[in-house]
Amino acid sequence: MKKQELGGRRHFLLSMARGLGLSAMGALVWSAYIDEIKASPLVLRPPGALDEDEFIKSCIKCGLCVEACPYDTLFLAAPGDNKPIGTPFFTPRDVPCYMCEDIPCVPVCPTGSLVEDYVKTDGEFDIKKIDIGKAVVDTSSCIAYWGIQCDACYRACPLLDEAIKLEYSSNERTGKHAFLKPIVDMEVCTGCGLCERACITDKPAIYVLPNEIALGKAGSHYIKGWDKDDEKRLKGAKNEVKTTDLSSKSVLDSLNDDGDLY
Amino acid sequence: MQRREFLKSAAAASAASAIGMTIPADAQASAAAAQSDWRWDKAACRFCGTGCGIMIATKEDRIVAVKGDPAAPVNRGLNCIKGYFNAKIMYGADRLTQPLLRVDSKGNFDKNGKFAPITWKRAFDEMEVHMKSALKELGPTGIGIFASGQYTVQEGYVASKFIKAGLRSNNIDPNARHCMASAVAGFIQTFGIDEPSGCYDDIELTDTVVSWGSNMAEMHPILWSRVTDRKLTSPQKTKVIVLSTFKHRTMDLADTEIIFKPNSDLALWNYIAREIVYNNPDSIDWDFVNKYTVFATGNVDIGYGLREDIKHPKYGEKELDTAAKQDHKVLSKAEGTSLAYLGYKEGDTMKMNNTGGMKNGKKNGNQKAHWQISFEDFKKALEPYDADYTTSVSKGDPDESDESFKAKLKELASVYIEKGRKVVSFWTMGMNQHTRGTWVNEQSYMVHFLVGKQSLPGSGAFSLTGQPSACGTAREVGTFSHRLPSDLVVFNPKHREISEKIWKVPHNTLNPKVGSHIMQIHRDLEDGKIKFAWVNVCNAYQDSANAEHWIKAARQMDNFIVTSDGYPGISAKVSDLILPSAMIYEKWGAYGNAERRTQHWRQQVTPVGDSMSDLWQYTELSKRFTLKEVWGEQKVPGVKAKDGYEEGKLPDVLAEAKKMGYSEDDTLFDVLFANDEAKSFKYEAGVFPADNYQNSEVIGDKRNVMGEDGKPFKGYGFFIQKYVWEEYRKFGAGRGHDYADFDTYHRVRGLKWPVVDGKETQWRFNSKYDPYAKKANFGDFAFYGHALKAIPQGDLKGVTNKEKIHLANKAKIFFRPYVDTTEMPDKEYDTWLSTGRVLEHWHSGTMTMRVPELFRAVPEALCYMHPQDAKDKGFKQGSSIWVESRRGKVKAHVETRGRNRPPRGLVFVPWFDEKVFINKVCLDHTCPISKQTDYKKCAVKLYAV
Repeated sequence: MKKQELGGRRHFLLSMARGLGLSAMGALVWSAYIDEIKASPLVLRPPGALDEDEFIKSCIKCGLCVEACPYDTLFLAAPGDNKPIGTPFFTPRDVPCYMCEDIPCVPVCPTGSLVEDYVKTDGEFDIKKIDIGKAVVDTSSCIAYWGIQCDACYRACPLLDEAIKLEYSSNERTGKHAFLKPIVDMEVCTGCGLCERACITDKPAIYVLPNEIALGKAGSHYIKGWDKDDEKRLKGAKNEVKTTDLSSKSVLDSLNDDGDLY
Repeated sequence: MQRREFLKSAAAASAASAIGMTIPADAQASAAAAQSDWRWDKAACRFCGTGCGIMIATKEDRIVAVKGDPAAPVNRGLNCIKGYFNAKIMYGADRLTQPLLRVDSKGNFDKNGKFAPITWKRAFDEMEVHMKSALKELGPTGIGIFASGQYTVQEGYVASKFIKAGLRSNNIDPNARHCMASAVAGFIQTFGIDEPSGCYDDIELTDTVVSWGSNMAEMHPILWSRVTDRKLTSPQKTKVIVLSTFKHRTMDLADTEIIFKPNSDLALWNYIAREIVYNNPDSIDWDFVNKYTVFATGNVDIGYGLREDIKHPKYGEKELDTAAKQDHKVLSKAEGTSLAYLGYKEGDTMKMNNTGGMKNGKKNGNQKAHWQISFEDFKKALEPYDADYTTSVSKGDPDESDESFKAKLKELASVYIEKGRKVVSFWTMGMNQHTRGTWVNEQSYMVHFLVGKQSLPGSGAFSLTGQPSACGTAREVGTFSHRLPSDLVVFNPKHREISEKIWKVPHNTLNPKVGSHIMQIHRDLEDGKIKFAWVNVCNAYQDSANAEHWIKAARQMDNFIVTSDGYPGISAKVSDLILPSAMIYEKWGAYGNAERRTQHWRQQVTPVGDSMSDLWQYTELSKRFTLKEVWGEQKVPGVKAKDGYEEGKLPDVLAEAKKMGYSEDDTLFDVLFANDEAKSFKYEAGVFPADNYQNSEVIGDKRNVMGEDGKPFKGYGFFIQKYVWEEYRKFGAGRGHDYADFDTYHRVRGLKWPVVDGKETQWRFNSKYDPYAKKANFGDFAFYGHALKAIPQGDLKGVTNKEKIHLANKAKIFFRPYVDTTEMPDKEYDTWLSTGRVLEHWHSGTMTMRVPELFRAVPEALCYMHPQDAKDKGFKQGSSIWVESRRGKVKAHVETRGRNRPPRGLVFVPWFDEKVFINKVCLDHTCPISKQTDYKKCAVKLYAV
């Protein structure tokens, strides 16, 4: 992919955002945007980003990742974007991450805020390791859930039939058609947002949320017996058992307190 | 694969057959039921040949919404992603709203001028001048019409009647030539009558779906969802086999996926037949074969539908290699084996002696000729197609092992062979856009006939159509250069007579000489043999292969090109005059889908701007021609004395016209469209089916568009759409093509013809279901089509006895050999190119690329290729590359992980995107019999930009 010259307007925005970021870092000159320097749980970062709290601390708002992106996906947050000013982010509905095989935005990061190792397997860039966020389907507005033969998101997905799968089921109403419903595999989805971009509803029925918001978390005290990989979750497992209302008293206190038992 | 396991393990939700299922009462909301301030009315989807029913909501003279029609049997209220946007397709921001002409600074026509708005009157003035000048100089063959499988039935009928009966030209040919012609030729040669025997109910009734060159999941999504449901409800019994030259979405559901080399489906069908005849003779349904079929074969040396002049001056230097194949070909190793029965061997040069084209002023043999052969000959011809040979010819994925491929072949044959297993074979463009498209269509019937699995509920070879009215208009109305309505043909004197009677035109008005097919119209324009062309409801300059030639011809030759369209596509851009056309729901119309279902709708809204329907454009133009201008003697090269005409001439029929009560000053409008019969069709507002709907042609409309006379157009006053329908259906009545009356179609959700005594027909040729088969009294089946039913007898090498046998009520089982296609990858052009569609976009994208949601979903055509090929050539995902053939090149972005996954050595580039103009690259080779272009194969090279 030929690297494009940055367009005039975009270049201006980029330099402006850089400036603002740096000044905001220094002296909090624009107190109105004070919230915008805090970690934002709703921001989609470039591939390989540190956890949001860490990322905010280490990103120096230099914009090199933005310049490296051949698709003009990334922007630096400007005042009013409601995101930490000067930090890189993208909006998949406008321009998604196209998941370049050589992930050019990551190695240019001078501070390690974007971590090469996060997006590499055996020393090679591996797009499957990108973990920006997760796509979520609103099944009430997704027209495939109405029975319309859409699956635009399924076909747009760069990990086709891996990150988004189609679940087939009979349409009992018509008696002869099938539903082909998109289901996101949270373990595979990278959060690139190509699905969100492609979605044909007015407001996308499939959209990417940062992992922090999109994902739940199962305890590490139970490991899937059918999945060897699941043992990874044992790493650092402590199995701390917290108290419940019933277990909060010491054994002796509990035993010696008859209450209204008899 | 996970999905397949899921499907298999899914305990069948319901084993009950879905057919006849009742619709919930609340979903049956009557079309008439008034809902607050909008109005619902029924219509058909604008897009593909599936023929889904929709309901349209109109408010303040604008379509505000659509819904799938819950009462429509095809789709039961559902739609695909394109159908979902029917409400938006007419309202693109750059809709054409007024006629536009290329003019100079003084406002005079100038071929090199810029487009400027003109009045309709001026537009008709220009058309009249240029048409008359072309007719005067060149005769009726000097004009050409690019017609359409997306015309409404009435538009196609009016166009055909005007051109064929009025102007006495057969140079009208639809884009359906590119889409269905091979299916038609296959039907006519095999059955003697066009269109499928089965219907969509086959999907719910069958045990096996074999998809041959059809990506149904993207191209017929609603039918595919029915196939999917069939698989879900009976996962153990139902088998799905998908064949293609590359992996695509339809393979998601397949139990067996077969990737074959381009053109080698010819060998695959013969492998199945060989398995039947040699290894499973018990599976042959001899009762069926003996009683209802004969064996046949035909000529092999038929060329590739290219120009007969292999050194044509307009060919570029690089094109000459491929062009020469039309004259002769050095046989490959595969052909050495497959054509051994004719005495050929590898390395021999086969001279193309039966191309059927005009060569040095003489007809070069006959590409269509065929003759009866014995079963023994048939069996002998199949001998080479064992698993080893077929694998060597057909295996399309170099990374697949021979053993794996052979196992799949066996599985494929077994579904046809297994006694009691019902099988439907579906295909679309893969088998039709094929240099031997007619043959491969015939081969499908060969296999189904051998095992007696045709014209039965749940069994049959079933050709799906691409376009919404390729069947209803292009084929049934007969807007082809050789056809008249209802399977009548111009070269048959009896057929001309029938047509002349119904059309009330003098004897020998019709031209017996087959006109130019769509590629030939382009070539004639390039040769200066056509000087006026009119593009209707298609995008002839984007959809034709080897496009640079035709665009140059349009822009640089002395000719006048008119395009009628809703939007400014490539055809409009290369034209001299652009006419704004009313779009689908801005006019009354009817479409006919792939299961013979005819569906009518009413005009829902006033057309945008000053646009008017193509029907009106034809009827208004017809006012500019008087009988004396067109029905005098006309020169038509190739008209023969044996046709009952003078050599090279159409006779003066004015005297007879006068006897019929016409005056030579009558216009074609008076005679063809506003005659006494036409005027007897009263239009009564407030009375069904007119009700209070608009009818711009009949009663004018609020815009008061200025007509061809420069005065406000107030309507013709009689019900022209109804007249056209009622006259049209006279052609088919009693001839196996019966339709119901106009009003009935406005009450029902379509009917599958033949409609006899008010009842539609589900399975043709089957005496239990088809009244014509029953009437034939021939047994359980009757293949009652009349065309090509007298053939000579011979052996594999040719005719041995010219005496013709008559095949009343019988069909033919053809043997057709494997041959290579025209242009195959070599050292320089090392990659196969296939083109096609994507689900999100319709054809050349003029409508769907203007729907913002669809544009955003798929904004450009990509070059789908194997990741290893990309790596070997140094491309990355997303790289911009050149795709170049001997004819032209385009830039496209590389996609290695998308919906289509070609094997190494093949790329797929869709054609919807005018900015990735892939038809500049494609080769204009055709099936020599059907004249349908093969867009699925040519050789290209790929390199970085």
